[in-house]
Amino acid sequence: MVFAEPRYAMAELEEGDISAQLNDYTELKRLCSKIKQDRNPSVIVWIGTCTTEIIKIDLEGLAPKLEKEIGVPIVVARANGLDYAFTQGEDTVLAALAQRLKNPEPQGVSASSVEAPNLILFGSAPSSIVNQLTLELKKQDITINGWLPSPRYDELPTISENDFVCGISPYLSRTATTLMRRRKCKLINAPFPIGPDGTKAWIEKICSAYNKTAVGLEEREEVAWKNLEKYTDVLKGKSVFFMGDNLLEIALARFLINCGMIVNENGIQYLDKRYQGAELALLEKVCKEKVVMLPTIVEKPDNYNQLHRINKLKPDLVITGMANANPLEARGINTKWSVEFTFAQIHGFTNAQDILELVTRPLRRNGSLDKLGWTNYNTNKTFT
Amino acid sequence: MKLAYWMYNGPAHIGTLRIASSFKNVHAVMHAPLGDDYYNVMRSMLERKRDFTPVTTSIVDRHVLTRGSQDKVINNIIRKDREESPDLIILTPTCTSSILQEDLQNFVKRAAIDTIHADVLLADVNHYRVNEFQAADRTLNQIVQFYLKKHKIDPSQIKKTQNPSVNIIGAVDLAFHNQHDMLELKRLITELGLEVNLVLPQNCAVEELQKLPNAWINIVPYREIGLSVAKSLKDNFDMPFISTTPMGICGIATFINEIQEVLQNQGYDVDYKSYIDQQTRFISQSAWFSKSIDCQNLTGKRVVVFGDATHAAAMTKILSQEMGIKVVWSGTYSLNEKDWFTEQVKDYCDEILITQDHNLVGDLIAKAEPAAIFGTQMERHCGKRLNIPCGVISTPVHIQNFPLSYRPFLGYEGANQIADLIYNSFTLGMEDHLLEIFGGHDTREVLSHGISVNTETNWSKEATKELEKIPGFVRGKIVRNTEKFAKENDISLITLEVLYSAKEALNT
Repeated sequence: MVFAEPRYAMAELEEGDISAQLNDYTELKRLCSKIKQDRNPSVIVWIGTCTTEIIKIDLEGLAPKLEKEIGVPIVVARANGLDYAFTQGEDTVLAALAQRLKNPEPQGVSASSVEAPNLILFGSAPSSIVNQLTLELKKQDITINGWLPSPRYDELPTISENDFVCGISPYLSRTATTLMRRRKCKLINAPFPIGPDGTKAWIEKICSAYNKTAVGLEEREEVAWKNLEKYTDVLKGKSVFFMGDNLLEIALARFLINCGMIVNENGIQYLDKRYQGAELALLEKVCKEKVVMLPTIVEKPDNYNQLHRINKLKPDLVITGMANANPLEARGINTKWSVEFTFAQIHGFTNAQDILELVTRPLRRNGSLDKLGWTNYNTNKTFT
Repeated sequence: MKLAYWMYNGPAHIGTLRIASSFKNVHAVMHAPLGDDYYNVMRSMLERKRDFTPVTTSIVDRHVLTRGSQDKVINNIIRKDREESPDLIILTPTCTSSILQEDLQNFVKRAAIDTIHADVLLADVNHYRVNEFQAADRTLNQIVQFYLKKHKIDPSQIKKTQNPSVNIIGAVDLAFHNQHDMLELKRLITELGLEVNLVLPQNCAVEELQKLPNAWINIVPYREIGLSVAKSLKDNFDMPFISTTPMGICGIATFINEIQEVLQNQGYDVDYKSYIDQQTRFISQSAWFSKSIDCQNLTGKRVVVFGDATHAAAMTKILSQEMGIKVVWSGTYSLNEKDWFTEQVKDYCDEILITQDHNLVGDLIAKAEPAAIFGTQMERHCGKRLNIPCGVISTPVHIQNFPLSYRPFLGYEGANQIADLIYNSFTLGMEDHLLEIFGGHDTREVLSHGISVNTETNWSKEATKELEKIPGFVRGKIVRNTEKFAKENDISLITLEVLYSAKEALNT
């Protein structure tokens, strides 16, 4: 957070900036030189806000000149509130980084032409997720040639035309588009490695891109589901309502339906039907297998109307933003903060448990509240 | 442009929204892009409200950017009028949307024609010139003036309450220990034999505002929010006001004496001398506590103070005047209160600091090497890094500043709680000596030997590296579980894969 060693600063606009009395370039140079001197970062990311959008500061135009002058790379990402969801901010930054990836040093023609294309995964994840997914692919004899992003700017992977790229999160459609259109990479359009079902499908899809048959995945998935039983027992037949704000909703809904839940409504701020195509197809398949209705997907939902629907449907669980959680709890509705799924480690076989830990927590907690003492504080029994 | 890693004050629209959401049955419509609507999250989470925050965003998206809002804002105001039946709808832009220079006043006029329930007002604030506090102060005054005008309250026809009464101005959402302060203040007023006419704006319905001039005195406990209202009521209705903060024994005494004087001026004879004396010497514990042997060890302790003007000034006086602690420097981030603040604290500290740069504050703390800090959550964080204890006395707030237990800062109970806060912020007395004898609190090194239960298993380099990334407080458990798993599965070398498999198998 901002409290920790700050890696996030604001260039607070003042009246002089708005009325164009000050020069954007000199102002940004002053600030970035100070940041360089104080923190010496490997890269500075400029995140344009709605305000810079409105007053039309030409960040993309200023950055190349300034980075030469101060000697620190500057990446420009327009991640502003004119987008729909906070996770799209990550997408914007990764898309900007994707444009900066270097081409590999040219090597002997014969060596590279026979090898299979490289695989680059995109999506920021803590190193343990990176390690786990790398291991899973290694078991299929597939090597990952790099991750976007890397821990340091100068460790970013190189990329060349026709490399395979594959995303790990559903909100990275702009990054995917940039990699395809600008870098001419081939996107492996897979469901996302969220839940054992999604992870298996993700690995299979990558294997199929390399013309390999995945080995041992059925067993792997089976073991994973077995380990989840104590959670799925709680979830079977329970209903869940996604108000929708982190763009993980489709993948989570698919996993939770596979866990035996019923999804009342699948709210989502923005749905890129192409990038999420494989995930949507998997959702449909899972619904057919489980013989449940395909959940209603509501794009850019109106929260006020959603609250009315929640009131009517009385779902067992609502996954929602922080502003609505306590008021819903006060009305007897179990909630879970959607942002927890963004910050928790949810990718891969192992971490499916963490997802269900989050999902079942309100159900377990609120289910056990009845057993606490204060529900019968006024009965005579207490005093005898 | 200003480089800011952090800010002590929020932007103007937050101040406006805090006022709007404090009133009863008032709705705010914010003309803003997505992401500027975090006020709903802050209020819901920090105040732990059971009701939905009455703030709706009329979203500025790409369409609005290119074509202007057109009817969008107006329709949203009318929609909220129908859905929530509020008494008042306040429209506010944010820093971003104010640049669009749309004629919001005109939107408000047009919307007001079609609303059934609500009056409609545009919060009249320059978003690039004023901060959160100033915006809150202005919006509150704007609403008060609007309703006094609406009801055509004639200053010569005011019917004062039969018993002397006061208005308390400054009960605002997300303010510092505010709910508890208000309870304590009401108690104090009652004990003085006075009535509370209105508390503003918390839980006050706008229609009640016409009752405001009936009170005998206006009380503004925090000068940041409420002073404008008191001043304009003084100008227009000749209502006296008191802006002394009843914080600390001396502050409370001054506050009560001022009330006494105002009442006497209005021909109501009271004498609070014995009440003050009784409270100070026998009922409240803080004066006695300061004299007690416990506080001997405060001798020669040096501290620094930083916060909003109200709290930092009051705290400086308490530390220096009431606890006999040396205040090396005292400061505030309320730049516009510079003169007032300087006047208040100049006799109680060596140096005065007026700044909004938290890095400078941090540097000066490090330089001063005080025994304790009394500051905001930022100074508490800074103190953690420097290993200096910090008592939090002012906004910016944290969920910690919304305690369930009764923790006022104002009034006599507040004085007790502040004395506790001061005392508990230091390492004192026997603890001081014992720490010296035993070489500090830190026994971490000794404990870490006990992490590994099994010497037969080896950890690979990668697995060890991964282990280092796991937070210290759970690492022991992970090591034990993994080694147990390895043993059960006859694994002698713990690799990354084993570590993850163990997590999967043993996760509780």
